[in-house]
Amino acid sequence: MDDPRALLQVRDLTAQFNRDGVPSRVVNGISFDIAPGEAVGFVGESGCGKSVTARAIMRLAPEGSSVAWGGRILFRGRDLLRIEEREMRDMRGRRIAMVFQDPMTSLNPVMTVGAQIDDMLCRHAGLSRRAARRRTVELLGLVGIRDPALRADDHPHQFSGGMRQRVLIAIAVSCQPDLLIADEPTTALDVTVQAQILRLLMRLGRELGMALMLITHDFGVIAGMVERVYVMHGGDIVESGEVDALFAGPQHPYTRALLAAVPRIETAGRTT
Amino acid sequence: MSAPGPLLRVRDLCVTFPARRGRPPVRAVDHVSFDIEPGQTLGLVGESGSGKTTTGRAILQLQPASGGSVRLLGQELTAMRRADLRAMRRHMQFVLQNPYSSLHPRMTVAQILAEPLTVHRSVPRERIPERVAELMTLVGMDPKVVHRYPHEFSGGQRQRVVIARALAVNPDFVVCDEPVSALDVRTQAQIVDLLHSLQEKLRLSYLFIAHDLAIVRAVAHRVAVMYGGRLVELGDAARVYDSPAHPYTRNLLDAVPIPDPARQRAKLAEAAPEPQFRGRDGETGPCVFGEDHAASGTPAWHEVAPGHGVSCRFWPPGACPGQELPRI
Repeated sequence: MDDPRALLQVRDLTAQFNRDGVPSRVVNGISFDIAPGEAVGFVGESGCGKSVTARAIMRLAPEGSSVAWGGRILFRGRDLLRIEEREMRDMRGRRIAMVFQDPMTSLNPVMTVGAQIDDMLCRHAGLSRRAARRRTVELLGLVGIRDPALRADDHPHQFSGGMRQRVLIAIAVSCQPDLLIADEPTTALDVTVQAQILRLLMRLGRELGMALMLITHDFGVIAGMVERVYVMHGGDIVESGEVDALFAGPQHPYTRALLAAVPRIETAGRTT
Repeated sequence: MSAPGPLLRVRDLCVTFPARRGRPPVRAVDHVSFDIEPGQTLGLVGESGSGKTTTGRAILQLQPASGGSVRLLGQELTAMRRADLRAMRRHMQFVLQNPYSSLHPRMTVAQILAEPLTVHRSVPRERIPERVAELMTLVGMDPKVVHRYPHEFSGGQRQRVVIARALAVNPDFVVCDEPVSALDVRTQAQIVDLLHSLQEKLRLSYLFIAHDLAIVRAVAHRVAVMYGGRLVELGDAARVYDSPAHPYTRNLLDAVPIPDPARQRAKLAEAAPEPQFRGRDGETGPCVFGEDHAASGTPAWHEVAPGHGVSCRFWPPGACPGQELPRI
C-alpha cells in the first residue's frame, strides 16, 4: 500500500468537530496520495470536507473551533498528525504552503507586502534582512508583479484583488515548498484574473517542481490544471480518477450531478 | 400601470465620485444607455471596478446620478421628489449577492417578509401572515418555517428568502447584483431556475449583474458588457456570445474556463500577452470604425447588426473591427 515515491500519503483521515458537546464528523476516513510534482484536484460543495482535509495537512483547526483528527498523514514518511508542534511549524511554509480564497483578509493591512515576505524568509529560510529583501523582489517578479522593487514598499490596499493573490502566492512559494495547497484560490477573482492566476500556478508548479493540491467547487477550474481528481461529498471521497476519464465518464451519481450543474458558456441560452 | 415604450429606459447615465485626498474625481459610470422590456432580462457583465454595481444602484436611486435619465414605467426617477420616489420603490427592488449579510440575523423570516408589506402598506395588516405564506410558497419554501431565523437556513434557502422579500411588494423590475455568486454550483442552478419561473409567472424584468459570463448566458435575453464605466458592447445574448464585436468582450469570453480537460489545458497553455485596452484620453481623430466623433459630434457607438452595438473606445492598438485578436 505504501508507495515509496509518494510525497503525501493520507490514510483513513477523520475529522470530528465538537458542536455544543455533540460530536459531528466532517471527514469520514479518507485516503489519498499525492506524488512529488503532481497536480491533484479536490472538488465538492461547501461543507463536503475538502477545506477541512486541506487544513488537516497543515494541522490547522478551522477558525473558532476545535477538531479531533484521526488516521495518518504521511509527508515524506513523517506523520504530520503526530510530530511535535515545533517540527510542524517548520513544515508549514517551508515544506507545505497554503493559499486561501480571500486575498483581502490573508494579508496584514498595516505592513508593506515586502516586509511580510521578508519576515517569512527570515523566519523559515534563515536569511538576513538584506538577503531576504533581495529574494522578496525576485519572488514578486516571479509572480508577475511589475516594478517589484518599488511595489514591495506598498501596503496591501494599494494592490488589486488579483495582485494581492499574486502576493500571497509569492509568500507561499517563498521557501520553495514541496506541496502547495490552494483552497479556492480564484473564487473571489474576476474571470480574466482567474485565468492569469491559474496560469501562474501551473507555471510555478513546473518551474519549482512543486506538487499542487487544488481545491475548488468549479469543474471548469479543475479541468485544465490537474492530472487527477478526487470528488468529495459528505466527508467521503465518492469518486477519484484521472482527470480526462472522470470528465468523460463520471461514475458516481453525485459527480454526474455536479458536472451537469456547471454552467457552460457554449450552450445556447434563452430563446424566449 | 402600463406605459408606452420599454419598462426601463436609461439614457446617458453618469455617476461621478468626488475627488478624495488629492485624487481626481472618478467617473464610475460614463454615459450608459440601455432599455429593458417588460418580462425581459438584461445581463450586465464586467470586471470588478467596471461600474456595474454603481449602475444598478444609480438606477434604483440609491446612488445620486451626476447626469442622464432613468425612466421606469415612463416616469423620470432622477428628478423625482423623495415622497414620490418612495412610492416608486414598490416597483423596483434589489437582490444582493450575499444572503448571509443581507438578512437581519435577529429577525425571523416572517418578520423579514412582513417589513416591506408594512412599509408600503401593500396589504391590510390582518392579511400579512397570509401574504407571507404566499411569498414562501412562491419561492419554493415551506410556509411552516417562517418562524425560524436566517442562520437556520442554507445559503440557497436564504437567497430564496431574499428573493421573497424583494417580491413582497409586487415589483415590476428587480436588480439582481451577483445573486448566485456566493452559492455552490448546484444551488446556483436552482436559484437561476427560480428566477426564470418567477419571471414567467410575474412578468418581471431583471437587470442581472454578474461577473460569471456562463451564468449570464443562461439567464439573459440581452447582454451589456461594461468596461471602465462605459458600455463597450450591447446586444442579444446569442449575438454577443457567438459573435462578440469588441475585443474586451472577446477577452472576457476567452477567459471563461471550459469544463473539458483537453480544451481547457490547451487554453491555459496559450499564453499570449494580455491585450492592453486603451484609456479614455487621447481619443481624437478617426476611431477604429473610421469615424471622427469629435468632429461629427456623434456618440462613440456603432451598430454592427440590428440591436447589436459596440463602442469604438478601449480598443487595443492595432485591433480592427472583425479581426481576430491574440487569445489571452
